[in-house]
Amino acid sequence: MLGYLRNNGEKGIRNVLLVVYTVECSHHVAREIASEFKDKEVHVIGFGGCAPNEYANNMLKTLCTHANVGAVLFVSLGCENLDISGISAAVKSSGRPVTTLTIQSTGGTLKTIDKGVAWVKEAYAAMQAVPRVELQLQELIVGTICGGSDATSGISANPAIGKAFDKLIADGATAIFEETGELIGCEYIMAGRAASKALAEQLIQVVDKADIYYKKMGHDSFSAGNATGGLSTIEEKSMGAYSKSGDAVISGIIKPTERPPQPGLFLLDVVPDGEPLFGFPNINDNAEIAELISCGAHIILFSTGRGSVVGSAISPVIKICGNPKTFRMLQEDMDVDAGKIISGEATLDEVGEEILDCIRNTANGEPTRSEALRHREFVLTYKQFDKQQPGCFPG
Amino acid sequence: MKATILQINRNDNVAVALQPLVRGAACQLAEGHPPVVVLNDIPFTHKVALTAIGRGEPIIKYGSPIGSALVDIQAGEHVHVHNIGSNY
Repeated sequence: MLGYLRNNGEKGIRNVLLVVYTVECSHHVAREIASEFKDKEVHVIGFGGCAPNEYANNMLKTLCTHANVGAVLFVSLGCENLDISGISAAVKSSGRPVTTLTIQSTGGTLKTIDKGVAWVKEAYAAMQAVPRVELQLQELIVGTICGGSDATSGISANPAIGKAFDKLIADGATAIFEETGELIGCEYIMAGRAASKALAEQLIQVVDKADIYYKKMGHDSFSAGNATGGLSTIEEKSMGAYSKSGDAVISGIIKPTERPPQPGLFLLDVVPDGEPLFGFPNINDNAEIAELISCGAHIILFSTGRGSVVGSAISPVIKICGNPKTFRMLQEDMDVDAGKIISGEATLDEVGEEILDCIRNTANGEPTRSEALRHREFVLTYKQFDKQQPGCFPG
Repeated sequence: MKATILQINRNDNVAVALQPLVRGAACQLAEGHPPVVVLNDIPFTHKVALTAIGRGEPIIKYGSPIGSALVDIQAGEHVHVHNIGSNY
């Protein structure tokens, strides 16, 4: 496999130019600039909010310096509160081409689009000079998420992802799982896999935090539909989501924008700290995907049963479909058919191997289904996090 | 014969129906495994006991306890909210 070598020694598996809107007011201009480059790796991300938010600043800073990113154009209205100068300084010091176009001082929509298109052309050509170097599987950071789940997810796609995670970690790679709100009921089981006693206590605490937070949002964890699907207890439901993490030792807990400090398996705590302020922890799957990418994820393994079609900006999404009927219906959107486990045609281990093959091919540049279909979804909303608790990182 | 029930972890005392199972059907877990005769109709993705499970004993799925038997459960019986409860 070949990666894109960045100045800090990190290696990317894609070379993406980001057009970043810094408030919703500049979103249209950013989209118009990127639309001139439909067949190129030019992706639009941004933050819609006008009021300042430290989490949004940190998210954009880490995303704009992600190993898969080669250059960044900021498109600003001019009066918003995002820390554009701080974020662009971080991009500049990383050695990537970067500039900011401000609509108010450039002379409006059309002039900014023209200038933006000209800059992207130049920067896109310049960033092709980034060196390609040998990339090992152990250098990858892989995240996982489930969305559009059904009764098959917990018995096919999720445990097959767990098998792939076990192999990645045994090979020295880094893997991240999340969705603490879906781990309620299995936190004591999870704590049994912690690398240290202090971490075991923290794992129980982050699930408690999620439980309290989701209850305040009026969200119940176990529904009548779950029982119809054959789930008998909350811990059984949670084990279905948790099985994506495999069987390896859990090395630590990270929060959005934090890089796993060493290889191994990490839990991403996506639930905000403090009193609930801004609503649901993540409003949809892409908000969670963006957080996994902010922790350095090169690739996202996405388990689905009913059939999600999303991809993401910055990092490729591999979709693993656990339901054979859905796979047949949405075949053009799915990368791996884990429904073969349901139809009795393949074992969990065999599908786990297929997922690993798909990771290798994707890291080597082969587009995933969502990439080929130009899915480049991105969501970033207001949140707040405290500093990490002691015990969450390996000592 | 294709597998019609799935044991997710080899320590599990329940398996999952990969298709709707009719009472009396002999179900294949995997090659070389003795078939399990189901004692009830079991809907798709629901659980069937692989061994006898005594009242109070843990139900193991994913290699972990997902609840406890509320009554004695026979091998081949449907395992669900009517005969198991949460430990949580």
